[in-house]
Amino acid sequence: MLDVQGLTVRFPSRHGDFTAIEGVSLSVNPGEIHGLVGESGAGKSTIGAAVIGLLQPPGYIAEGTMTLGDVDLRNLTAAQAHQMRGARISMIFQDPQTSLNPLMTVEDQLIETIQAHEDISTSDARTRAIELLEEIGIKQAATRIKAYPHQFSGGMRQRVVIALALCTNPELIIADEPTTALDVAVQSQVLDLIKRLAQTRGIGFILITHDIGVIAQITDNVTVLRGGKVMEHGPTERVLRAPEHPYTKALMDAVPRLDKRVERFLVPESDVVKVASPAGLTGADAEAWLLDGVQQGGADLEMKDVTVRFAGTRTSLWTKPEPFVALDSVSMQVRPGTVMGLVGESGSGKSTMAKVITGLVSPAEGQMTLAGDPLPAAKQRPRDHVSRRLIQMVFQDPYSSLNARHRIGEILSEPLWLYGLEPDAARRRQISAAMLDLVGLSADSIDRYPHQFSGGQRQRIAVARALLARPRFLICDEPTSALDVSIQAQVLNLLKDLQARFGLTILFISHNLAVVRQMSDDITVLRNGKVVEAQRSEAFFTAPKADYARELLQLTPAITF
Amino acid sequence: MLARFWHSDGFWMLRRSPAAMIAGLVAFLVIAGAVFAPWIASTDPYDLASFSLMDGLLPPVWQDGGMAQFPLGTDDQGRDMISAILYGARLSLLIGLMAMVIATVLGVGLGLAAGYYGGRFDAIVMRIADVQLALPAILTALLIDGIARGVLPSEMHGDVRVAVLTLAIALSLWVNFARTARASTFVERNKEYVQAAMIMGQHPLRVMFRHILPNILGPLLVIMTVDLASAILLEATLSFLGIGLPADSPSLGTLIRIGMQFLLSGEWWILWVPTLFLIALVVSINLLGDFLRDVFNPRLH
Repeated sequence: MLDVQGLTVRFPSRHGDFTAIEGVSLSVNPGEIHGLVGESGAGKSTIGAAVIGLLQPPGYIAEGTMTLGDVDLRNLTAAQAHQMRGARISMIFQDPQTSLNPLMTVEDQLIETIQAHEDISTSDARTRAIELLEEIGIKQAATRIKAYPHQFSGGMRQRVVIALALCTNPELIIADEPTTALDVAVQSQVLDLIKRLAQTRGIGFILITHDIGVIAQITDNVTVLRGGKVMEHGPTERVLRAPEHPYTKALMDAVPRLDKRVERFLVPESDVVKVASPAGLTGADAEAWLLDGVQQGGADLEMKDVTVRFAGTRTSLWTKPEPFVALDSVSMQVRPGTVMGLVGESGSGKSTMAKVITGLVSPAEGQMTLAGDPLPAAKQRPRDHVSRRLIQMVFQDPYSSLNARHRIGEILSEPLWLYGLEPDAARRRQISAAMLDLVGLSADSIDRYPHQFSGGQRQRIAVARALLARPRFLICDEPTSALDVSIQAQVLNLLKDLQARFGLTILFISHNLAVVRQMSDDITVLRNGKVVEAQRSEAFFTAPKADYARELLQLTPAITF
Repeated sequence: MLARFWHSDGFWMLRRSPAAMIAGLVAFLVIAGAVFAPWIASTDPYDLASFSLMDGLLPPVWQDGGMAQFPLGTDDQGRDMISAILYGARLSLLIGLMAMVIATVLGVGLGLAAGYYGGRFDAIVMRIADVQLALPAILTALLIDGIARGVLPSEMHGDVRVAVLTLAIALSLWVNFARTARASTFVERNKEYVQAAMIMGQHPLRVMFRHILPNILGPLLVIMTVDLASAILLEATLSFLGIGLPADSPSLGTLIRIGMQFLLSGEWWILWVPTLFLIALVVSINLLGDFLRDVFNPRLH
């Protein structure tokens, strides 16, 4: 049905043309779900945009043919291409929050789309819209259709987006990361829906994703991309089970498995050229410096009946708004020198836990102790309290956790200066450079700015910054969720190494159960601010006690073959 | 250093924008002329001995009766127009720059603190800003002028005119800076690098000035250029209305006010020369501000 041959897309820029896609060929049959997988910058989304004719200017198709049935997609006038979009090709975007118009009811948006492509009365269009909503699994569609997008949950909104894409009976739907913004449970529902539509309606799907689990779960064929080139393509099962191309192999090795724990991920050797640090200090010196600290090993943390309330949204001018309970008498015990995995869906209170421990949020009730000493809540914690240094944090987004206007050297030596660990500026610089070496970066990175590094390298810098405080308790809040699989594997390896060498206590927060399994000794599952289950990690993954935990484990897309 | 500037994105954009290049050139010439006025100008318009009434009301050199000595003519006192304008621009730029700097320091400081602390402090600062916005600059200037006259002995009044004018202009401009700084700080405060600094227990002042300020500087620089133009215009307005500088130390606004008397008398140059000069200066600074805004907008790269 869709046949793409030798597609090449270029973006002209100041430094000459940049080739985003080079010689990509793929074909999609009716009822087939074709996965496009690759890491960021692989050109997945660009292929989708080229097929649907929505390439971001100034990008252009340099070579190749694209045909849908008997129509040549490259030789369309703007008006014809516009007609083609919607009528025969539709698109589902990543974020259902922004792909629906917040000021129009779902009904209006559906009817508008149907009438745009077909000469049909409004009441007929409405009947069709209601049928569509029922088909994609929205109950009481006749009344729900009057609602605005914000009145639907995230998963329901994505269903509405799919209904919009279905309005005109397209032959091909391009789904660009359709479940990335969704929680596991909702993700599996949406994936089921896509699979059902492919089977019952015979629609061909191009499913663009970075998540191998999603690929494994629903695609028939898969194309693996890297740097705009096809690495490998074929039936999903064959490609994932017995990858032929070295890149695919490396990629598969880097994917955290839900069904077993591995000690280290296999990652391709990094191509960083190591430069000796200015004073000749290396990672070993940084290690010695860390071990030289007064206190070695980790510290245990205990939280008892911690409750956090936030001011709720005001519904009336006269009554006080109901407080929103983010954490509901949560207790947690982190054993010294171990990794505690903190798991839960978005909104379950994971990040609030981190904020309470680090003192950004004051709990309404509850006590905390760190290494046996009471840990004061945010408002009572003085700026020079010892826990400010002992507890350090690695954040989710390496693009915003480093100050873009400071050089790496300034960022790294700040904790050394602030906590008075090293009075001498030159010495601070040496130790910072040595620490860069320890986390696997070149020591000459010290004079560069954060934007000159990739996401994974930045996350290493963030880890180095945390270590330079000589912490005993490290909080990692989704440290790899913004990173590509192979980079994630490297960062997880680094964390594992550091933990083993320095016996740090780590609180590892993640929504990804497979990653948590690789990292943690104990597990705490949060749901709506309450602890659902707290267990040893292996026991949890083999025999979860709580129903909710079992459900979570089942719904997580896994590579089962 | 120079090579880096030559290859930077900003300079690349400058080379592709003729409007910005011309604006930059005009602004550069005007500012250089003003700074080096004592060396460039043929006469010192503040020095009564250096000009004579005999040369009064001479037209520009290309009209009948013009003298090569006074290329753009003279005013009724016999002052060379070019010298008067250069010295006037010097004063105007000085007042504009000082007012802009005071407004920046005041506005950015208050805006940063309001955005960082939020809550009641934020509410108070922003309400004061709202009140300030409701007061026209002329009223502020009259108010400060009145207070200065009341507080200071009368022989000092002439000396503090420049300070009064600067303060009045600064007070009517700081709101822009405060609002922008506050809004950007709100955004930055929730970013992880700021949270990291807060978790480490850094002093709030250090978080504000060392961590947040460098990251919100882009839009502030744009406002600084645009407000420099506003400040110069405001000074001209106030001087034109007679609240500003007196005729013996003329700024551009004062020169225009003097020229007004000759609007219909045929001696057009006395009004039009300083007016066109002011327009060129303000428009070119504004164009540079627009250009800076584009440079700092990552979407346009």
